[in-house]
Amino acid sequence: MADRAQPVSPRLGIGAAGLVAALIFGTLAAVALRAESGRGLGSSDWAALRFTLIQACLSAGLSVALAIPVARALARRRFVGRRVLIALLGAPFILPVIVAILGLLQVFGRAGWFSSGLAVLGLEPVQIYGLHGVVLAHVFFNLPLATRLLLQGWQEIPAERFRLAAQLDADARAMRQLLEFPMLRRVVPGALAVVFAICLSSFAVALTLGGGPRATTIELAIYQAFRFDFDLGRAALLSGLQLVLTGAAALVAVKVAVGEGFGTGLDRPLQRWDGNTVAACILDGFWIVLAAGFLLLPLSAIVLAGLPGMASLTVSVWMAALNSVLVAALSTVLLLLLALPMASAVALGRGGMIEVAGILGLAASPLVIGTGLFIVIYPIADPFALALPVTALVNAVMALPFALRILVPRAREVTARYGKLSLSLDMAGWPFVWRVFLPRMRPQIGFAAGLAAALSMGDLGVIALFADPEFATLPLQVYRLMGAYRMEAAAGAALLLLTLSMAAFWILDRGGRWHAEA
Amino acid sequence: MLRLENCLIENGGFALHADLTVDRGSRIAVIGPSGAGKSTLIEAVAGFRQLSSGAIHWNGTSLTQVEPGKRPVAMLFQDGNLFPHLTVVQNVGLGIRANLRLDATQRAQVQAALVRVGLQDMADRKPAALSGGQQSRVALARVLVQGRDLLLLDEPFAALGPALKAEMLDLVAELVAENGATLLMVSHDPSDARRIADQVVLVADGQAHPPMETASLLDNPPPALKAYLG
Repeated sequence: MADRAQPVSPRLGIGAAGLVAALIFGTLAAVALRAESGRGLGSSDWAALRFTLIQACLSAGLSVALAIPVARALARRRFVGRRVLIALLGAPFILPVIVAILGLLQVFGRAGWFSSGLAVLGLEPVQIYGLHGVVLAHVFFNLPLATRLLLQGWQEIPAERFRLAAQLDADARAMRQLLEFPMLRRVVPGALAVVFAICLSSFAVALTLGGGPRATTIELAIYQAFRFDFDLGRAALLSGLQLVLTGAAALVAVKVAVGEGFGTGLDRPLQRWDGNTVAACILDGFWIVLAAGFLLLPLSAIVLAGLPGMASLTVSVWMAALNSVLVAALSTVLLLLLALPMASAVALGRGGMIEVAGILGLAASPLVIGTGLFIVIYPIADPFALALPVTALVNAVMALPFALRILVPRAREVTARYGKLSLSLDMAGWPFVWRVFLPRMRPQIGFAAGLAAALSMGDLGVIALFADPEFATLPLQVYRLMGAYRMEAAAGAALLLLTLSMAAFWILDRGGRWHAEA
Repeated sequence: MLRLENCLIENGGFALHADLTVDRGSRIAVIGPSGAGKSTLIEAVAGFRQLSSGAIHWNGTSLTQVEPGKRPVAMLFQDGNLFPHLTVVQNVGLGIRANLRLDATQRAQVQAALVRVGLQDMADRKPAALSGGQQSRVALARVLVQGRDLLLLDEPFAALGPALKAEMLDLVAELVAENGATLLMVSHDPSDARRIADQVVLVADGQAHPPMETASLLDNPPPALKAYLG
């Protein structure tokens, strides 16, 4: 008997964590070796750094500032559709970026609904390209996330406190000082840090809405150095800079973050006795309608704009869709092969380094890994021929932190509850894995697989580095159609992409919960 | 016979010492105050706890280094004795082969065990569709097909009502009598001990005492037991 009898060996999980760490650090090392130390950063590199920081600060600040009144309104109002709206706040997480951008263009673009409205009033159309657009898109993606994080903070205030405050006849102002400000002081820094970290490594948004010397993020600069100039040294140098930035931001975010912002437990109604004045009701209603509209209008726009295009999708779009499905399927399988052994090893108390390896995906940028893989693969094989597996692998590593957050708590529960019984029945090893671990984990596996598939399906990152003109995934094809100003075809393809992503998530998540016993 | 030779079981700041022998085929109740280490003792015999020193023997063979699943031990825990996603017949079948690939003889064995505990009509149900007593019967059917020499019970019937618990204990007594197994059961209820145990191991003050006759011990309790019984 080793130090303690265990139903499964943690070796596979340790191996998987080692692979992830090797991939991230190996590609980093490959990049670092290519970086030319003598040259330093040029003026356009400094501009990219400045723009990255400015847009991330603005996006984080705006997202969280707007999330405060929205979350408060959702916390203290009960209305039909509230649960649906809160569930919908989780949707942007798996929404393909390129789809959302097309939707935002339909609403806020030069010829969009909003500008047309302004034109009726005799005003100039809004400017969506550049800093405005990048921040707008980031707020679209992160306002829901920030709202969920803050809402969680609100709901973690014990109901007893609200009762006590009500008993003391606290008005809205006293309520804020007694309960809400202390909570916000605790939760807001975490939400800011998370959104800031996410926006730092923004690529697809900057690629479509930014660009040019004044609106280029570091990720976009890596792509340009690589794709347009084939300047590996400069790409490597920028990768190093990006890694330091995201690493530092992820570290801060993990330190100050509370809660996870998606998951269950957000719809528990809380009885409150304040805010019953007419003014408060109108105010809350205003924020809820505004947030719902901001979220739903672009989505409806893409459906409306895409439907005509859906009828005339070209062969190249269908081919790209097939590639995307293949990438998503491969990525999901890879993710589960990595995440399940890691989750079981963490559940057995071998946390530490394994969890760190899992979190690395948050700090690493996909383009840095992509660049590194390119440098490694280039001398031995044609990197463009490997676009599909490389994209799937990088997507799997990116989804790993989220998958572990879903899988680990349940894995802990299953091993704690059934570990001893299985040992006493001599089921250690594969019988435990097949008969107990996997069946008991099925709902969580389905959820994690659904997230991984949807994220991979919608990913527009590494694929942009590796694809040759003959090969595309669906998001890349949408981007190319946009670039060719074939907006109707792009909208049709985007609607197809949206359908595929949501279907992949829904099927896997549902499949996991199908006939699952408590 | 089961021999615990100068065993020291440590768990954090807690230590339990045991030096005792249990005769083959005897029925032992392990009683003592809460937190004294009754479960710790049973878990050490089952192999879930490492000995800091000493040795455990069964019929002269050392068990000390043997993994839990390889010991001649069947154990029922306080709860979670069944896998909720497996049917009754699968839960019982695990007692024969953990991978559930059973041949015809083995399937017949499972069926016979279900008949023995009176659940032949429930074979394809899942545990959630059974009452608490029926769930206990499934676990006992599995103990039956496991056919191990030692049966360890860590209060598996604690959640049942008094009448049902008595019924289960009687069934346990019948089963161990039928296949000659040795029974060690944790209990905090002296009437359980009187009901089916011929001997009692008292666990108190960091010490597991050698077995003593149930009736005489309970009628003339030593100070440690007296304090517990009140």
